[in-house]
Amino acid sequence: MLRLANVRKSYVEPNGNVLPVIDIESFHVAPGEQMVLVGRSGSGKSTLLHVIGGITRPDSGDVIVDGQSVAKLSEPQRDRLRAQKIGYVFQTFNLLPAFSALENVLLGMAFTGQKVDPARAKELLDRVGLAKRLSHKPAMLSVGEQQRVAVARALSNRPKLLLADEPTANVDAGNQQHLIDLIRQSCRDENVSLVLVTHANDIAAQFDRVERLEEINRVGAAV
Amino acid sequence: MNLWKIAWRSIQQRPLTSTLTCLSMALGVALVVSVITTYAVVEESFHRNRSLGYHLIVGGKNGSKLELVMSTVFHIGRSEEPVPYEYYKQFLRTTDADGKSVVPDRAKYVELAVPICLGDNYQGFRVVATLPSIFDFEYAPHTAYKFAQGENFADDESGWNQAVVGAEVARRTGLKLGDTFAPTHGTGEDGEVHKENQFKVVGILAPTGTPNDRALFIHMEGFFRIAGHETADAVPKSANAKSIKSKNAASPAAKDKKNEAADHQHVHDIPDSRKIVTAILVRYGGPAFEPYVKQYGVDAAKSMADSFAATEYKKINRSQFAQAAQPVAMVSDLLERFVAPTTYVLMGLTVLTVIVAGIGVMVGIYNTMLGRRHEIAVMRALGASRATVMLVILCESILLSLIGGAAGFVLGHGIVAAAAPWIVDYTGVTVGILSFDWRSLIVVPGLVVLASVVGYLPALNAYRTDVVKGLAANA
Repeated sequence: MLRLANVRKSYVEPNGNVLPVIDIESFHVAPGEQMVLVGRSGSGKSTLLHVIGGITRPDSGDVIVDGQSVAKLSEPQRDRLRAQKIGYVFQTFNLLPAFSALENVLLGMAFTGQKVDPARAKELLDRVGLAKRLSHKPAMLSVGEQQRVAVARALSNRPKLLLADEPTANVDAGNQQHLIDLIRQSCRDENVSLVLVTHANDIAAQFDRVERLEEINRVGAAV
Repeated sequence: MNLWKIAWRSIQQRPLTSTLTCLSMALGVALVVSVITTYAVVEESFHRNRSLGYHLIVGGKNGSKLELVMSTVFHIGRSEEPVPYEYYKQFLRTTDADGKSVVPDRAKYVELAVPICLGDNYQGFRVVATLPSIFDFEYAPHTAYKFAQGENFADDESGWNQAVVGAEVARRTGLKLGDTFAPTHGTGEDGEVHKENQFKVVGILAPTGTPNDRALFIHMEGFFRIAGHETADAVPKSANAKSIKSKNAASPAAKDKKNEAADHQHVHDIPDSRKIVTAILVRYGGPAFEPYVKQYGVDAAKSMADSFAATEYKKINRSQFAQAAQPVAMVSDLLERFVAPTTYVLMGLTVLTVIVAGIGVMVGIYNTMLGRRHEIAVMRALGASRATVMLVILCESILLSLIGGAAGFVLGHGIVAAAAPWIVDYTGVTVGILSFDWRSLIVVPGLVVLASVVGYLPALNAYRTDVVKGLAANA
């Protein structure tokens, strides 16, 4: 489902210095596989997810998502790939405040180029336990509920790959496990590959496959 | 979940900014709509007054044709110089002392000639001294004057102190049938009131939408009998009295002189030689054209009458002491030379106002862009392309402009409706909130284009939003 080969990414600092962030020789995720990337703050986890999601183009190397070479696609093509095949769960939820819970989920389908499916959006919200909160704006939901809406949104476009960037970081301890269970079960139900970034060892310990970014990223130690 | 809905939600997210932005657009559009609608009303008023039912207005040589038309048709300003009553009689079929029909050359093709005398007012409304036959003219094509109440003043001596008032005059002054009034000398209310000369209202005209709604009509003979209205030397400075008199086939002036002694025996009689009229309204047609009607039809005969009127127009203007104005041409000319350019200037200014309001929309949206980097970045992360987020902003700009425009449209018509009494006063045209001119629809595509243009800069800002930085902005 996901394969990275010799992917390098660096940033140019304001003073002109080149700052390498990612240098991964090989990394892959099988269809339906669920794995955890663990790394300390600033180790390039978010950049890696942006490269995989096509938000950022790597300086070199290749990123293959569902057989498509992300690095070779134009920006609009990468946008379309992201809209159709990748789901995103952000650390800060990133729900749009003007939209209701249902509309936020529908927004996840809005850019796929296909008609939005309100029935699926409602079904997903029902699955995450928010069937009675469809018309609630994010401000009217608890933090845990907001992240559940974000999970429903990430799955709304029937993605092949779900990227979850520290999804429990802003959720209270009581809801963290429930949220992880929700994400994993949803991915199993939809046969979605899961790459979950976290720095919480207790969460990482629940996964069969745990990768330490410092080990696969050759510049990890320097960052 | 289409782009319009996404844009609408963004507007809702910032109610105060959105409302103020819409308001500025609404004010701009309201100005444009009110100017367009008012212009349409004025234009309609002018066009309505083009169909006056007569071909020529004949007046004194001094002064301009425009003054002649303005004072006669629109009751605005005053004509510089009158013409002798004797001259008016050249347009009439009369009978001589022996009872024989006399048709002066000038009267041969005249269907109706009506004199009017101006110079008095009542509570600021123009008093028009004339003959009852003035209401035989149609004030609009195939539309005759109607009396809402009462009837026309009599054509004999019993009618000399009678009056007919326009609909607006009756409404504004409260004059009713049977009421009497005394005209005030001059065009302003501060003139001398002719207290001895009371005129009794015998008729109230139905509304015509013309300036005549704002006039009072009295019998000309009654007017002449107001102190100071008959003149010892009726012949104007520019006139050649002899030439006027010699052109009168029946020489009524001579007859008047002969009978002057007898006239004095009757205090009411004033010799025609002492009378002057401000203008003569002339319609060509009538019996002389009947053979043409039979031979060529009504329309052809009317065209011939029009042509004849044009010929007479030139002849009269070549004369030394009178001039003729073609009201249709003058009104069109007036519209094109004065009203239209003024309106275009006004329109230009209001369009500028809308453009400024459009820039307000741009500034309004642009100022929100910094705070929306995150929102745009989220949409991009969900798969929205740069072009898509750009379109969302353009949709937002168009929505704000159209909402503001719609509000302005209603507001503009509200302004026109509020100004309706004033417009009625000055144009005689009744307008309401639903008065509509198709030209105001130009506002709709105009706003879309304007919104697209002014929305481009903030849309470009959205287009250039860095997704990674935008996502980090809320982290």
